[in-house]
Amino acid sequence: MANLHRFANPNRFLRFSRVILPWLAGITALLFIVGLYYALFASPADYQQGETVRIMYVHVPAAWISMFGYSVMAGASATALIWRHPLADITARAAAPIGAGFTLITLATGSLWGKPMWGTWWVWDARLTSVLILFFLYLGHIALSRAFDDPTRGAKAAAVLALVGFVNVPIIKFSVDWWNVLHQPASVSRLAAPAIDPSMLRPLLIMALAFTFYFLTLLLLQIRAELTHRKVRALQLAQASAQ
Amino acid sequence: MGGHAAFIWPALGLTAAVLILMLVATLYSLRSGEAALSRLKATREPRPGRRSPAPDAG
Amino acid sequence: MRPKHRRLYFVLFGMAALGIATALVLSAFRDGLVFFYSPTDLVERPAEPGQRLRLGGLVEEGSVSRDGATVNFVITDLNQTVAVSFTGILPDLFREGQGVVTEGMMQSDGRFVASDVLAKHDENYLPKEVADALKASGNWREGAVDSTENAPQ
Repeated sequence: MANLHRFANPNRFLRFSRVILPWLAGITALLFIVGLYYALFASPADYQQGETVRIMYVHVPAAWISMFGYSVMAGASATALIWRHPLADITARAAAPIGAGFTLITLATGSLWGKPMWGTWWVWDARLTSVLILFFLYLGHIALSRAFDDPTRGAKAAAVLALVGFVNVPIIKFSVDWWNVLHQPASVSRLAAPAIDPSMLRPLLIMALAFTFYFLTLLLLQIRAELTHRKVRALQLAQASAQ
Repeated sequence: MGGHAAFIWPALGLTAAVLILMLVATLYSLRSGEAALSRLKATREPRPGRRSPAPDAG
Repeated sequence: MRPKHRRLYFVLFGMAALGIATALVLSAFRDGLVFFYSPTDLVERPAEPGQRLRLGGLVEEGSVSRDGATVNFVITDLNQTVAVSFTGILPDLFREGQGVVTEGMMQSDGRFVASDVLAKHDENYLPKEVADALKASGNWREGAVDSTENAPQ
């Protein structure tokens, strides 16, 4: 029974992903075209930052996705630890490199935004440091979950790391409110109306959606790749033991 | 792009580069896995008569 | 069913314990995590002369004066003020009414000599025309930038 459950689910997932992937990819492409048009051409310069504000349209969505990706990874890890769902480990493992990529974008674009606006590439304030920690948590997860030839062996340790590291996510989110930092506070997710003019909020939200769909597309592809590699490995092992 | 084009374009270019690189790496991994799988299946089922449906058909 | 529940409670309990532990550690190191001090902090707990620290706040309206390559200005948190002097290149966003974070040393005469000045930008994003219109109509309520209250009379 447990074995049957093990095989049925990934195969159903593969069929599902084959149907949904073209849609995800299409919507992502469309969102990027519209989002980039608004971000680069159809939005005004900021009253203080001038054109440099356009970096916001990639920096902020990347930062959101780097936290969203970690939440996906932590959620999948908890599911793997508690319910031993066969896809959960694979999802956590697939989310890690993608999340690391988005965090890298966040750090690099933040640096390129900080230099002209703040006057520095980097400062060790609570917001920037906690995002750097997020990046290293992703790297740690990648290393742990891929440390062994057998992908299932490092999975439990990696899942524990993902859960422990999850405390960092609220710290990133609220660091700008809890401590004096150089980074400015949240503009969009605050109780009062967002502090962004609608003409700038529009490209930001469209780009955020584009990044979200891109993340989901990559995640599904990565899970499929992971499933394929596991199948290959299972067949190789079966062949080796048959000989 | 004002006086700060030197920061805006690298930021956008870097973002595009990382996003594309992730896609390429993922697709490469998927393709190599699928290629290995089909190679294994070819060697696994010898030419004469197919005895049973492939185990992963279900 | 039972081991499944046991693992669920184990994870939930672990996360709760970890969250509480982190909160305790963070509040214990609160001072260490502060990126800069405000003028009020410095008045309440004066720094020793020669101790490097960061001072942050708003550049008081009308306080910026240049003396060759040296810029003198006053940092305020609308409560206390500290006079600052700085020699060097200022970031683009440095202007009166704007937030800044400076790094340097307190002198014995109460003047803060900065070796670095970083501009802090706020969370408001507006096209220039909208900002101008808001200011013109008197609906500009950014609090901090409100210059009428803290300008030297």
